[in-house]
Amino acid sequence: MTARVEVFVQLKDGMLDPQGKTLEHALEALGYAGVEDVRVGKWITFAVDGDSHEEIGRRVDEMCRRLLANTVIERYSYELAEDGR
Amino acid sequence: MSGVPIGIVRFPGTNCDQDVFDAVAAIDGARPVWLWHKETELAGVRGLVLAGGFAYGDYLRAGAIARFSPIMERVIAFARSGGPVLGICNGFQILTEAGLLPGALMRNAGLRFVCREQWLRVDSTATPFSRHFREGQLVRFPVAHGEGNYVADDATLDRLEGDGRVVFRYADSTGETGPLANPNGSARNIAGIADERGNVVGLMPHPDRAMSLLVGSEDGRGVFRGLLEAAA
Repeated sequence: MTARVEVFVQLKDGMLDPQGKTLEHALEALGYAGVEDVRVGKWITFAVDGDSHEEIGRRVDEMCRRLLANTVIERYSYELAEDGR
Repeated sequence: MSGVPIGIVRFPGTNCDQDVFDAVAAIDGARPVWLWHKETELAGVRGLVLAGGFAYGDYLRAGAIARFSPIMERVIAFARSGGPVLGICNGFQILTEAGLLPGALMRNAGLRFVCREQWLRVDSTATPFSRHFREGQLVRFPVAHGEGNYVADDATLDRLEGDGRVVFRYADSTGETGPLANPNGSARNIAGIADERGNVVGLMPHPDRAMSLLVGSEDGRGVFRGLLEAAA
């Protein structure tokens, strides 16, 4: 099977995210009151072949730990979907 | 050319390789040797420097992709065997990504690329790269980075401090290490750290750009002299 993968990487809670903070201030300056806790992350998409949903999930998790996220400062999550192409 | 061979690792995007080459060449008895990142052998070098720059364009995270270059397996083995390894700026980022040094380097807290002369306080002289300084001595190296904000969890920071592995701290000209002297938001003003044995050191500031009074400081010479002695 081929899966479409979406990986989300974000700074861990508690890690200062200066980009998010700057956006928060900019939104406020535009008049959007009540916006808080803005965080900027990464969204990585790809297609990958594998035997099963579980097997692909295991490999994607490994990819996240080894390369896509730095778990010292970031957390990650991912979603798999059957490739409908 | 004779002298103790010191390897300078070049990745695509490394841009301080020539500065480091000249810094090594300026030390009597040292011989700089280029090492392309695709190499799988270290060509008999006795010390290693990972120079500054933007390896792989800093894509994903600074150092994240360079860390998997073929030569890195040899670099890691060399470091683990006790060989002297110095990571400057992007080289420091690569060493943390490779797991040779703890923690990570994040985007500068002020979001701006910082390029300036910087005072540093030497907090540990127990590494080859800092043994020519006195504890508490102030040295001046330029900084030039966008992602130099050192972070680690509190337990790691406490351990680094307790074990004397914080080698350099951002300071002002009087030696104060408060927030005003901190160019990037680094935890506890940390500018450079060592691994457990002290043979691997990474720092964000550039000793390679502090090799001549003509450019404002020659404090960097001690770093490279120490590297040569550890390699000899």
